[in-house]
Amino acid sequence: MNIKKTEIIDTFAEAFEMWGSRVIITADSISWARAAAQSMTGFATSVIRCKCEAAIECEIARDNTPDGRPGISVLLFTMAKDNMSARLVDRIGQCVMTCPTTACYNGLPSDDVVPVGGRLRYFGDGYQISKKVGNRKFWRIPVMEGEFVVEDSFGVQPAVGGGNLLIFGSNRSTTLRASLAAADAMKEIAGVFLPFPQGVVRSGSKVGSKYKGLIASTNDEYCPTLRGFAPKTQVPNGIEAIYEIVVDGLDEESVAEAMRRGMHTAAEKGAKIISAGNYGGDLGKYHFHLNKILQG
Amino acid sequence: MSIKLTLHTPTSVPLETHNINPDKIKNLSQSGVEHLEMFHGNEKACLGDFFTVKGKGHETIHVEGDTSNVKYLGAGMSHGELIIDGDVSMHLGCGMSGGSITVAGNAGDWVGPEMSGGKIVIKGNAGHMVGSAYRGQSTGIQGGEIFVHGNVKNEAGNAMRRGLIAVGGNAGDFTGVNLLAGSVIVCGEMGIRAGAGMKRGTIVSFNDAEVLPTFEYACTYHPVFLRYYLKHLQHQGFEIDDRYINGRYDRWSGDSIELNRGEVLLFKR
Repeated sequence: MNIKKTEIIDTFAEAFEMWGSRVIITADSISWARAAAQSMTGFATSVIRCKCEAAIECEIARDNTPDGRPGISVLLFTMAKDNMSARLVDRIGQCVMTCPTTACYNGLPSDDVVPVGGRLRYFGDGYQISKKVGNRKFWRIPVMEGEFVVEDSFGVQPAVGGGNLLIFGSNRSTTLRASLAAADAMKEIAGVFLPFPQGVVRSGSKVGSKYKGLIASTNDEYCPTLRGFAPKTQVPNGIEAIYEIVVDGLDEESVAEAMRRGMHTAAEKGAKIISAGNYGGDLGKYHFHLNKILQG
Repeated sequence: MSIKLTLHTPTSVPLETHNINPDKIKNLSQSGVEHLEMFHGNEKACLGDFFTVKGKGHETIHVEGDTSNVKYLGAGMSHGELIIDGDVSMHLGCGMSGGSITVAGNAGDWVGPEMSGGKIVIKGNAGHMVGSAYRGQSTGIQGGEIFVHGNVKNEAGNAMRRGLIAVGGNAGDFTGVNLLAGSVIVCGEMGIRAGAGMKRGTIVSFNDAEVLPTFEYACTYHPVFLRYYLKHLQHQGFEIDDRYINGRYDRWSGDSIELNRGEVLLFKR
């Protein structure tokens, strides 16, 4: 299948079940909210070593935030529901509570909840105050500036992690431009995020390694420099760079829509080939077939 | 599915009934509703002796007519909706645990005493002891929300442990007296001795107030949590100017004759 001159490989992206949460960070100014969000989502590219995947989802106008201040929505995913509370407590505690003027609210209404403010409150050393408005409970933790307000518990829901596209190009700059444009288009979809820097990955990985103890190593099949001798190279003649775009989402439909937009945009911007990464289909619950997605 | 009760025989002698609430009317026929017990002064009577009953269902009850002398409307209700077109007398929604009561007019004393959940909206004024403990009880309301768009008299929130009481107008003396926790927000002015004996909890006023000498000034700051409360009140139909949402408040801690963990927040002009 082709999109104009771009070949779409008949394959699928293999994605996994994860657990998702949405954190709304507000502050007196959008710059402080963004500073907290960027800090919170730093070192959250892959569960392989970061324990979670997270990124900024979007900015929220002050009229739509819980406290009427400018806000940032952050999506944070973990592999297991049991890990979510610890990840949120760590990151909100270290990156949001520390950031001037911020407050932190649950952005995902769900029957499944994990404690966050209810654990962070102990930082208040007995001076913390709880407040309940309707069904929402908050903690006011005294800090040197005034108070840090954080919601008691955050909703979680099953989510999809590891949707992906592989963008092949004839040279690095063209391929990167196409990948970046595709990533930007994919980020526009609500409920998805691209956990890697600007959404583009150059060091795609495979499962396992020749070295004992490494659970992932370079994806040699897609390294152009190894084309001469890698046993299962997937790099055709004339391809000098391949970038991966990893996409996580709160549901399957959002991830598929993001991938569809990404493919169209990458093709429009000069990608030669578009493929996707999988592990044979045995590891991940979700299989995003590129051709099916494009056929809609 | 709603049922309408219209008072056809107004009386100067108070009517008392715990039976006008969705829980009691559930599964009753129209005749069954008419035979529910009530008191006319100290005499037993039937609801049908004073009210015309129309409609079916129990989720929503409309009450019409001059009910300014009817006590205990919505007492003990746990779900559904009670809508009262006019004024009501004392003990509205006492002990309720869920559902909502809306009063288009004024309410007497003891609105929502010892309630544990649900919502009461008074579009007009309310009397003394809104959302408070009954005399001799140590704990007042333990949850739920009471919104009075007009004024309230003395001892609003007496000994409340949880919940929210919001007053669009002025409050009388002893607002939040013996408060254990929870929040009382007064958009107008408060009378004297607000927060006397409070252990925890929050009392907010958009106006200056006389603070008891057993309270200590802490700071003037932007209470972020209050933004959420005030936006919540805006959604409930209160007219809250943005300056109160964005503004700074003097924080007074007290009452030091008790636990000293309560707070009185006064808008800084």
